[in-house]
Amino acid sequence: MPSPNFSLKHVFGMALLSLALFAFLGADEARFENLGHKLMCTCGCNQVLLECNHVGCTVSGRMRDELAGNLDRRDSDDLVLQAFVQKYGPTVLLAPTAAGFDRVAWVMPYLVLVLGLATVALIVRAWKKRPLILPEDAVEPATGAELARFREQARKDTDL
Amino acid sequence: MSLIGSFALLLALALSAYSFLAGFVALVLDGSSSDRLGETARRAGIATFAVVALAAGVLVTAAFQDNFSIEYIRQHSNRDLPIAYKFAVLWSGQEGSLLFWSLLLAAYGLVLRMRYKVDSRLFAYASVIISAVQVFFLLLLNFAARPFVLSSGPLAADGAGLNPLLQYPEMVIHPPMLYLGYVGFTVPFAFALGALAMKYPGEKWIHITRRWTMVTWCFLTCGVFLGAHWAYRVLGWGGYWGWDPVENASLMPWLTGTAFLHSVMMQEKRGMLKTWNMWLIFSTFGLCIFGTFLTRSGVVSSVHAFAQSSIGDWFVSFLAIIFLVCLYFYVMNRSHLRSEHKLESLVSRESSFLFNNLLLLVACFTVLWGTLFPVLSEWVQGHKITVGPPFFNRVNIPVALLLLLLTAVGPLLAWRRTSLESIKRNFLWPSLGALAIGLFLIVTPANWGSVFGMKPWQDISYLYSLMTIMLSALVAFTVVSEFVRGGRVIRRHTGQSLLGSMVHLAHRNTRRYGGYIVHFGVIVVMIGFAGSAFNQDKEQEMGFGDKMNIGAYTLVCRSYTQEDNPNYGSEWAIMDVFKGGQQIATLDPERRFYKASQQTSTKPAIRSTPNEDLYLVYEGQNEDTGRPIIKAHLNPLVMWIWVGVWIIIAGTVIALVPSAVPVRVAAAVRVEAVPVGAGD
Repeated sequence: MPSPNFSLKHVFGMALLSLALFAFLGADEARFENLGHKLMCTCGCNQVLLECNHVGCTVSGRMRDELAGNLDRRDSDDLVLQAFVQKYGPTVLLAPTAAGFDRVAWVMPYLVLVLGLATVALIVRAWKKRPLILPEDAVEPATGAELARFREQARKDTDL
Repeated sequence: MSLIGSFALLLALALSAYSFLAGFVALVLDGSSSDRLGETARRAGIATFAVVALAAGVLVTAAFQDNFSIEYIRQHSNRDLPIAYKFAVLWSGQEGSLLFWSLLLAAYGLVLRMRYKVDSRLFAYASVIISAVQVFFLLLLNFAARPFVLSSGPLAADGAGLNPLLQYPEMVIHPPMLYLGYVGFTVPFAFALGALAMKYPGEKWIHITRRWTMVTWCFLTCGVFLGAHWAYRVLGWGGYWGWDPVENASLMPWLTGTAFLHSVMMQEKRGMLKTWNMWLIFSTFGLCIFGTFLTRSGVVSSVHAFAQSSIGDWFVSFLAIIFLVCLYFYVMNRSHLRSEHKLESLVSRESSFLFNNLLLLVACFTVLWGTLFPVLSEWVQGHKITVGPPFFNRVNIPVALLLLLLTAVGPLLAWRRTSLESIKRNFLWPSLGALAIGLFLIVTPANWGSVFGMKPWQDISYLYSLMTIMLSALVAFTVVSEFVRGGRVIRRHTGQSLLGSMVHLAHRNTRRYGGYIVHFGVIVVMIGFAGSAFNQDKEQEMGFGDKMNIGAYTLVCRSYTQEDNPNYGSEWAIMDVFKGGQQIATLDPERRFYKASQQTSTKPAIRSTPNEDLYLVYEGQNEDTGRPIIKAHLNPLVMWIWVGVWIIIAGTVIALVPSAVPVRVAAAVRVEAVPVGAGD
């Protein structure tokens, strides 16, 4: 009869192995889902590989098998995607890569956002500097404490 | 019949050309003779509607009569096509849809020309511009995309049939709604360009334009979401938005139109952003034409696009003309667009509109950029690439979140400047409420529903989803607090109930409170989008009695069978749905094969609840076993999207109803009282 110590070690080891195996299998499934959503079915349907639902579409089934095969070989994500690009061309990737001219696709929206923010800041600055032209019969606008008092009064009156 | 249609189109071209030229001359000349000439132009514009309607009527009649001597009818209809879809033949192909566009433009022109007494001079300018656009479309219909061309060769016994994807009830209303939106933006464009050309005094044109824009925006919103609903119900891939170029084409003018609806308030209230508003509405119209160009030129590949044709060149030329005309009038009359007030504080309603516009335009640019980047890539690198959902989602989701934050903050900021005290008072409780909801979603057990027990640290999509729901809650709380605060004031003065007071409040300023309801609808839609982070799917071959588990559901295949009718043959499965051991539904996903067009189409079976949709697709049969392959999707919160759209429509309708007390609008006044409340 094995010693309790030996048995515990084995049980513990088995449990760890099982956990690792489950995590491994789970990770593979997650990788399949993740990569399958980065690739496009090339049958002409313009759909995500894992969402292609064309009846009788032979392309998506084959591509899925290839993806699963690549994952079985323990290829890295980049390697898997590169293999697909080599076989099916760059349109197989659902989004531009982060290299070469493709990078421009990612940079431009953020660049426009930054430029837009800068423009708005400049506009606001220019507007704030613009002198307020009052017509001759206009009443001088209230400022400072007087303005705060008027506002408080109006707030109380309207309860807004 | 073909002759009547062709002649009607030719006559319509002559009438609209006369309406344009005579109207233009009448505006340039002055005096009583020019008034008479202008009146003839107006009447010619009205007559254009009658003649274009005749041409459209002829085409629909030909579809009903199965007149396959007309090539368009032969290509897009067949004898066994159900009657309701014979109407859809009008917009199912290139030529017919252009005729439909022309018909809607003529109808908008008719309404505008009948209401000319509101401001005869401004309406005369707008009428001339609409006629010019009408001339372009009628030139296309007469020379480039003729709907009444006769079939060559022997007369066909039957037609090729309507695209099966279009044989769905929603497709009878989705394209008309979308087109009403696209075409409708011609009207605000015409008013804006007309006002610029004539140096319209004051801001009345803005009122007229804003109303038209709201109506058009509402149609476009309906069109876009009907398209999404159709995609969800018909295409069978389990989603509603695929960032397809044609979907993007409809989203772009919607984004700029939304920006215009917000920034135009600054012009009304404060006499600011006049140049910006002018170019926003020019861009919106330009994007509508650009969208039509994208759909029809074949420049980008899309499941929606019409076949590649030569009419792309026509659209490019037309876009160039539009830009040059707008630029000319802007350069000549830009002094008329000078701002009347300055921005006093960064924490004000004005600056919130500026940032709102910036974000909407960045979103629009991202969509445009992503749509056209494959073309640019081919030009620069020599090969096309794909720009799909991962790109659009990654760039646009953060922008959408910022927009949601502004939706919460903006309406509570006062015009000119807002004090820190006011910000604290207005935002403390809504912010705490939003935080509490976020915490609640994290700590609740996952088995309460798809979005409960969130773990935002596990995946960026979960984090985005949580942020969307929290920001949506913030918007909801601020909207509710606005109604309650205003309602309490009314209640104190009138003694009505709080609910009655809030209705009274909304009636006194329909535009402001209708706008809040629209915002509320938008957040309901956003919550619906947030659910997509938790989508699940599973695919399995299902024999009799086979089971599949997905989420809390167990699906059991009760049966599968086939059916046949003159229009299509179909295969379908009957699936019993169990939850917690109880049978709760029976679903029957179906696949159809349309005989005339020789195309297949799926009909997903959907069980929709506020928590989640169970979405079953009949993917096909295993050829070896003959058993169906069923794909099941579990899509959380999708119903919220459709409910949210109804709320948006209701809010827009309320905003269009005249207020019980007219809202004061700033004219060209330099100094005015400082509003303390938020105002609209």
